[in-house]
Amino acid sequence: MDIKRGAVSGTLESSDVQVTIEPAANGIWLELSSSVMNQYSRQIRQVVLNTLSNLGVERANVTVVDRGALDSTIKARVECAVFRASEWEGAIPWQGLVK
Amino acid sequence: MKNAVGRDIPDFLLQGGREVFQGNNYKDGAIYTKPGPTVRAAVKPEESKILPSIRDAIELCGLKDGMTVSFHHHFRDGDYVVNMVVREIESLGIKDITIAASSLGDAHDPLAAMIESGVVTGIQTSGIRGKIGDAVSNGKLKGRAILRSHGGRVRAIEQGELHIDVAFIGAPTSDEYGNARGKGGKSDCGVLSYSVADAKYADHVVVITDTLVPFPNLPPSIDGVDVDYVVVVDEIGDPKKIASQALRMTQDPRNLMMAENCARVMAATPYFKDGFSFQTGAGGPSLAVNRFLESIMTERGIKMRWALGGITKPTVDLLNKGLINCVADTQDFDVASVQSVHSTPGHYEISTSQYANPVNKGAFVNKLDFVILAALEIDVDFNVNVVTGSDGVLRGAPGGHPDAAGGAKCTIIVAPLVRGRIPTVCDRVVTVTTPGESIDVLVTDYGIAVNPSRPDLADALVSAGIPLVTIRDLKMKAYSIVGTPDDVEFDDRIVAVMEARDGTILDVVRQVKKFDLDISDAGVFDFKIV
Repeated sequence: MDIKRGAVSGTLESSDVQVTIEPAANGIWLELSSSVMNQYSRQIRQVVLNTLSNLGVERANVTVVDRGALDSTIKARVECAVFRASEWEGAIPWQGLVK
Repeated sequence: MKNAVGRDIPDFLLQGGREVFQGNNYKDGAIYTKPGPTVRAAVKPEESKILPSIRDAIELCGLKDGMTVSFHHHFRDGDYVVNMVVREIESLGIKDITIAASSLGDAHDPLAAMIESGVVTGIQTSGIRGKIGDAVSNGKLKGRAILRSHGGRVRAIEQGELHIDVAFIGAPTSDEYGNARGKGGKSDCGVLSYSVADAKYADHVVVITDTLVPFPNLPPSIDGVDVDYVVVVDEIGDPKKIASQALRMTQDPRNLMMAENCARVMAATPYFKDGFSFQTGAGGPSLAVNRFLESIMTERGIKMRWALGGITKPTVDLLNKGLINCVADTQDFDVASVQSVHSTPGHYEISTSQYANPVNKGAFVNKLDFVILAALEIDVDFNVNVVTGSDGVLRGAPGGHPDAAGGAKCTIIVAPLVRGRIPTVCDRVVTVTTPGESIDVLVTDYGIAVNPSRPDLADALVSAGIPLVTIRDLKMKAYSIVGTPDDVEFDDRIVAVMEARDGTILDVVRQVKKFDLDISDAGVFDFKIV
């Protein structure tokens, strides 16, 4: 999927995560901060990258500000930001692959 | 050398007779001689103890580089005394000071700058948090901090391991001779229990008050016979932060469910009978246990003989209703408990040595039937951490946790299975503050586990129809929700030593490491940690 414009999903509430996606010339640029950095940043990073990969996103600047969200929340927030940023029209295939 | 809770204690810490933790009762029967303070005779009847300023007191006590000063934490986050005194120490150009406080809190953030500048190079405390916790965890303190429980601190004083050169005791009221009380002024804190040992064992004792009362100020918590000087200042603290108007009783259904389960667990044990004894913490679910206890006590027609520890309104209410015979008070958290102590019949002040010193001959905690306590983390061996956060930074206090847990017949930890993404029940706690052998039951929102060392309690609970799970089941459940956490990484340097109650080494706290993620996947060009 192509990232056409900047988009945001999620909040900075405890147990949520805010994901910002912007267009990039090439590759995935990921910026991550988390309240549970020491114990979970590897997992958070993996979930973000896997979700982007499942959606076929190959070029994006991604900023993730995590407040201790569970993996399912992170996945949903990333999907939502991608659909917004790609100006997806029609029904959103939640949980589905858009490859 | 590995200790009894499986922590590796480096040999260089084990010099001068220091030992690793070898179980709760290891020091039973040990012979020791108590140290005595070096005092100056105050013979002249006409001599005044009143000094115009804290600065004069510091100079007359002969405070020098490298000495140890002590404080209490009865004023909690409303304390002005520690900062006032340390500012004067700094302005006199004295450095390399050790602060031996019964606890330190957010009110003492200014100490972090004193640590950086070398005015303060040693810290011995129970609580360590905020900017002080950050400074120590980041290796700014020149020496190693020593963390002790409340009982462990008095033990260290009474066994001569902690020698106090000058004790500065903030007192809500004092007379001109230093007879000091926790009541009767404008900054009342109820009791001065934590300072009793300081007054008896320090070489110099300075009482700092904002309310001078006519002699004699009876009955004194701090005895004028031990006091060198009295300094009157405008304010010793912020009354609003010293005693909370009312601690909020939790309305969170999860906390209430856990609290109710704690009360059910208590009622299912053989210790729950007329004349039982009880201590509980002031945090959410622990505090709420009182509410469920009352109805079970009334239903069964039994009364509590005595309650112990930090006191709050729910305990005072039970005392007033005649459901408790007496309260042994070491700290007051709210206005109701401050007003009640020494006033309500049966509500008494006791010293911290009486409360919890494991090597005296009659600590009250030893006679406890039940204690309900919280935990930041508890591992599959029931070891509890209440001092370091999930990022490895110091931000808590052992307080009376290890003492009450070590003494009580039935120690119940109540904690949610996960907090945000952080699992409370885990494989290995970051820092052991209370050894697993002291813990009997864990109550979580996902089930109740009994320490395998207490099959008798497990039988009693099952007989009462309370379903049990194992602590390993609870850990697996937690990890299934939040994922398995990576271990927190530390640098080598030891920044703090966590002492067991008896002075052996329970654990060490290392300097936090700047977090670094190894990134080498193809496809990601830049990975920035903010």
